[in-house]
Amino acid sequence: MIQFSDLHKAYQGDTVLGPVTGAIEKGGITSIVGPNGAGKSTLLTMMGRLLDPTGGRVTIEGRDVFTTKSREMAQQLSILRQENQFTARLRVRELVAFGRFPHSQGRLTEDDHRHVAEALEFLSLTQLADRYLDQLSGGQRQRAYVAMVLAQDTDYVLLDEPLNNLDMKHSVLMMRQLRRAADELGRTIVLIIHDINFAAAHSDRIMALRDGEIVTTGTIPEIMRPEVLTDVFDTPVSVLEVDGRPVAVYYS
Amino acid sequence: MPVSEQPTPAEPQTATVPQAPTDERGRGRSRRRLRPAAPPPGARVAIVGVLVVVAAVCYLLLFIRGSFQFAFDRRLTTLGTMVVVAFAHAVATVVFQTVTSNRILTPSIMGFDSLYVMMQTAMVFVFGGSALARTDGLPKLVVQTVLMVLFAVLLYRWLFAGRFANLHLLLLVGVVLGLAFGSLSSFLQRLLSPTDYDMLSVRLFGRMSNSDGSYLPLAFTVCLVVGAVVWHRRHRLDTLLLGRDTAVGLGVDHKRELTVLLVLVAVLVAFATALAGPMTFFGFLVATLAYQLTGTHEHRFVLPMAFLLGLFTLVAGQFLMQHVFYAAGFLTVIIEFVGGIVFLVLLLRKGTL
Repeated sequence: MIQFSDLHKAYQGDTVLGPVTGAIEKGGITSIVGPNGAGKSTLLTMMGRLLDPTGGRVTIEGRDVFTTKSREMAQQLSILRQENQFTARLRVRELVAFGRFPHSQGRLTEDDHRHVAEALEFLSLTQLADRYLDQLSGGQRQRAYVAMVLAQDTDYVLLDEPLNNLDMKHSVLMMRQLRRAADELGRTIVLIIHDINFAAAHSDRIMALRDGEIVTTGTIPEIMRPEVLTDVFDTPVSVLEVDGRPVAVYYS
Repeated sequence: MPVSEQPTPAEPQTATVPQAPTDERGRGRSRRRLRPAAPPPGARVAIVGVLVVVAAVCYLLLFIRGSFQFAFDRRLTTLGTMVVVAFAHAVATVVFQTVTSNRILTPSIMGFDSLYVMMQTAMVFVFGGSALARTDGLPKLVVQTVLMVLFAVLLYRWLFAGRFANLHLLLLVGVVLGLAFGSLSSFLQRLLSPTDYDMLSVRLFGRMSNSDGSYLPLAFTVCLVVGAVVWHRRHRLDTLLLGRDTAVGLGVDHKRELTVLLVLVAVLVAFATALAGPMTFFGFLVATLAYQLTGTHEHRFVLPMAFLLGLFTLVAGQFLMQHVFYAAGFLTVIIEFVGGIVFLVLLLRKGTL
């Protein structure tokens, strides 16, 4: 379980998040939703220890993410940012192999190669493994990043907008693959999603943020209600039932 | 990636080495020839290693007139200096560019050289020209190195760890610092007596051939120690290529690595500059060539490649300058000049940095 208490981030006195207190349960997929500027990425990157909080603490299974040795943390928690700028030109396989760094410190063992191959296979990248990242489409590259994070073989996986740059088909595929990672590999996945309907269709829980505060956290039926969504997104939202699933409609 | 043992391919091109004018032509040709087969990185490093050995043997043994012992000893000292300079600049530049996630800036460009010039000038200005010769020795070398390391660590830490991690801003800061130090130096130089200025000006250009052999044991020790620490971190350096966030995500203590590595970079460049004078574009040239020629991002190949390329450039260049053009003193000037041209050619051909 990821727990955070009084977590607070401010830039030059302007609070962008919190103080918030809450938890993300172990297992399954938790989606973080909310309008722009709600503090979603700030919360996620602080949980992933990439951003130092102004105040408060984050623990994973009782261990403080900021004071635990970075290497130990990296075997328990992996995080993927939205933008990735690499100095070197890398092949897909090389990138995914970096995911094994916390375990092997760069000297890949048989076991590491197996994990890399599995991660490539899992995201259907085996054919593309020897291509350079700059020779891939945006969606393929996104999958390569996720493969790296999965190869890291951590219980907790944090993803900042993994559906960015993906078209309809690849968004669905990505969500299915993440679903499988949660169900078959037992990972706890936390992700930021823009499309509330994607969140509702594929995740177990939703955490809704607005103006740096957590408005509500709950299961899909608890969140997918017109009054809750209207409040979170500050836009009139109605919820319809399509094929037995709740679908938010907010285009009018 | 899992390349450990490569046979050394006996490429025909290795035979033609020492004659190849500095290196851009040989390099260009080998690149084109290598493309269809693309030997693994280990083999490429080995090829350049062979080139270095051939060039070093030619430099040490050919065209000796008069006493063999005298010439050989002098050349050996110069070769030792070149090893130190090539190692320091090559390793420092590659590491610096990796930890700062850019392939444009180098420690030298970031005001290091102009700081060295300013320190020399200030010393002559305050104590007179004879002070340069009087204070020569290990203590001065060490004090100069320590001062430059302090400057660099404070500046780089502030620049790269803070909120200013913007390449263009950094470039600007580097250029402005260089200009500031430079104009302060030239102002002081104007106030010097001609004799003092004359004694100073000798110190302000990179020089391989008239360095003092007695520093070499210390220099080699510094290089070995720093080299060992960097080599130990070669895999961590690879992860730093992915940027701060990804590196932290992979369990690298980024702040600590940044500090340790920048201190090492500062030690190397400060020491090399104090030993052989400023060489602004040498590290830049060598690192850029190494990225292009190694064929991988892995530091265990890129670092040796950069060192060997740098050594080859210096040794072959010195050999040619001394025996073909009879202008040994101009080596560093030529390297900066040719280096710029090679760099532009590669840049235009590839279209990226």
